[in-house]
Amino acid sequence: MAHTINADGLRKRYGDVRAVDGVSFAVEEGEFFGILGPNGAGKTTALEIIEGLREADEGTVTVLGLPPWPRNPKLLPRIGVQLQASAFFERLTAREQLQTFASLYGVPARKADAMLEAVGLTGKAGERVEKLSGGQAQRLSIACALVHDPELVFLDEPTAALDPQARRNLWDVLRQINTAGRTIVLTTHYMDEAESLCDRVAIMDGGKILRMGPPATLVRGLDAPARISVASGVLPLDDARALPGADEAADDGVSLTVETRDPSAVVAALAARDALTGVQIRGATLEDVFLDLTGREYRA
Amino acid sequence: MSTWQSFRSLARAMFLGFRRDRGALFFTVLFPLMFLVVFGGVFGHQTSSKVDIVEIGAAPLIDGALAHDADLRKTMKVTRYATSAAALRKVEKGDASAAVEQRDGTLVVHYSAADQVKAGTVRGLLGAVVQAANQEASGKPPTYRMSDVQVEDDSLKAIQFFTPSLLGWALASAGVFGASQTLVTWRTKGMLRRLRLSPAPIATVFGARVAVSLAVAMVQLGLFLAVAQLPVFGLKLVGAWWMAIPTVVAGVLAFLGIGMLIGAWAKTQETAQSVTQLVVLPMAFLGGSFFPLDDAPVWMRTLSYVFPLRYLNEAMLNVMGRGLGPGSALPQIGVLLGVAVVTAFIASRLFRWDAS
Repeated sequence: MAHTINADGLRKRYGDVRAVDGVSFAVEEGEFFGILGPNGAGKTTALEIIEGLREADEGTVTVLGLPPWPRNPKLLPRIGVQLQASAFFERLTAREQLQTFASLYGVPARKADAMLEAVGLTGKAGERVEKLSGGQAQRLSIACALVHDPELVFLDEPTAALDPQARRNLWDVLRQINTAGRTIVLTTHYMDEAESLCDRVAIMDGGKILRMGPPATLVRGLDAPARISVASGVLPLDDARALPGADEAADDGVSLTVETRDPSAVVAALAARDALTGVQIRGATLEDVFLDLTGREYRA
Repeated sequence: MSTWQSFRSLARAMFLGFRRDRGALFFTVLFPLMFLVVFGGVFGHQTSSKVDIVEIGAAPLIDGALAHDADLRKTMKVTRYATSAAALRKVEKGDASAAVEQRDGTLVVHYSAADQVKAGTVRGLLGAVVQAANQEASGKPPTYRMSDVQVEDDSLKAIQFFTPSLLGWALASAGVFGASQTLVTWRTKGMLRRLRLSPAPIATVFGARVAVSLAVAMVQLGLFLAVAQLPVFGLKLVGAWWMAIPTVVAGVLAFLGIGMLIGAWAKTQETAQSVTQLVVLPMAFLGGSFFPLDDAPVWMRTLSYVFPLRYLNEAMLNVMGRGLGPGSALPQIGVLLGVAVVTAFIASRLFRWDAS
């Protein structure tokens, strides 16, 4: 079966900066694919090449079997793109905005209300876009990208600059879009977002893809220790270090944290000592993967 | 998919956006109309006033002349005062041109030297009255006569000048501002990229913007003509005034071209705004929107030929003010369309889809 997206050896440089430096990946139909990396990693440039907004210096890309560059009117109705929340017609209401975008795709204007409903903006239909909050504007922007029912949706940092509550609301919307059978490509610099939403992520830095795979596989591949923490003071620090399976232990005055590659042994030992007050167990995250790959702390 | 449908709904979206923009509405429609009302009102009634004369007691010489020659009332207005103190004060304050009293055969004229022209006029006029009375008293027919013939007055009335020229200014600022702001705003906010990723042809998007500007220009034209034709201002549309419509279309296209050029070149909204100001205001002054170029110094008239607004003003003046035939606007329309083509071409060379 043909891939929904097939990118092969993409390169793009601006002067001396190699924004995209040999990026290859394929996205399958119905997949939720994430490109994850800090600002300046080259995510957006890579995405723009695939969408057909920029021409790659080198490499080839096909989207739904078609070349996106130069501007391809056969491809455009089949993809939906959310670029930035502010890309709206000025002074129109949320409904008028959707109606106008719908007409650009030859979709009947009545589709607008269904889209407002889908992103939970029915109550804001008559509100001008300038009056919407950041989260509402993002949801409207996504609705505009979906109004013509595209097979493939690109979302460029949809949750950037949103508060945590608005981010979680948006995640729900994004999951629904994906459940409806669409392929989604998302860029983000939030590790937790990629972990929570994506079937597969490509971790990008310095214009290159460092690693690619399902988030859980990437994390497990690390062989990083689990961290088990309990309330500070339930156990002396030296006793904690001596627990079976414990690699390292530390007490910061709030929590006593034990690092281990054998969490069941440590938890059993803590339970035997009745020392499970406030217990939390954390495995490695994509942040640890990034740290492992680049040797530096992840900064979003 | 229907291009026409995309065009219509884009045009509707942009028109709604314009209608809801109070600032743009004020500056492109209301503000120039205010100028029309003020200029039309101030300069519209600038006919020279009559010579005001105050009689102290009865002055049979004057009364006789007025009874004899009805035309004299067109130039002279006479009021009678009983006492000389009140009459003289009126002259001192400049409310009357002269106070006259008749002492037997002598007509005494009290005038103020504050306004030399007024004083000269009133002395000449009253001198003529006295001469005529003398001549008649002699009983002989006059040796010399003067015969006067009136010529048709074809100088422009204020409203005939200000309606087309202030409209020209309004169209220029609406056109240049509209195009440059739209282009820069759409680029900096990512709207151009977003539209590029929709299947609607780019020509449709720009066509819709041009259509909205033309519609706004027609509204401006209609409002200007409606206000100028109010009895207070008294503009009369005669002859080939309808040629103003194609002239306005050509003018708007030229200004949109200039605006697109600015919008394609400028990186930020602030730059676009100040450059637009720098273009529109001098063009309005030197293109003859605020005063008739006929009275301007030669260098200014020569300079005015570089401004497209000059051609728009001239063409509209020809067909709306001077009452010339429809062909009198054609050369200017040609120039304006030329400006539109050239600026649009350069703008398309400078055009960028995104800000970075």
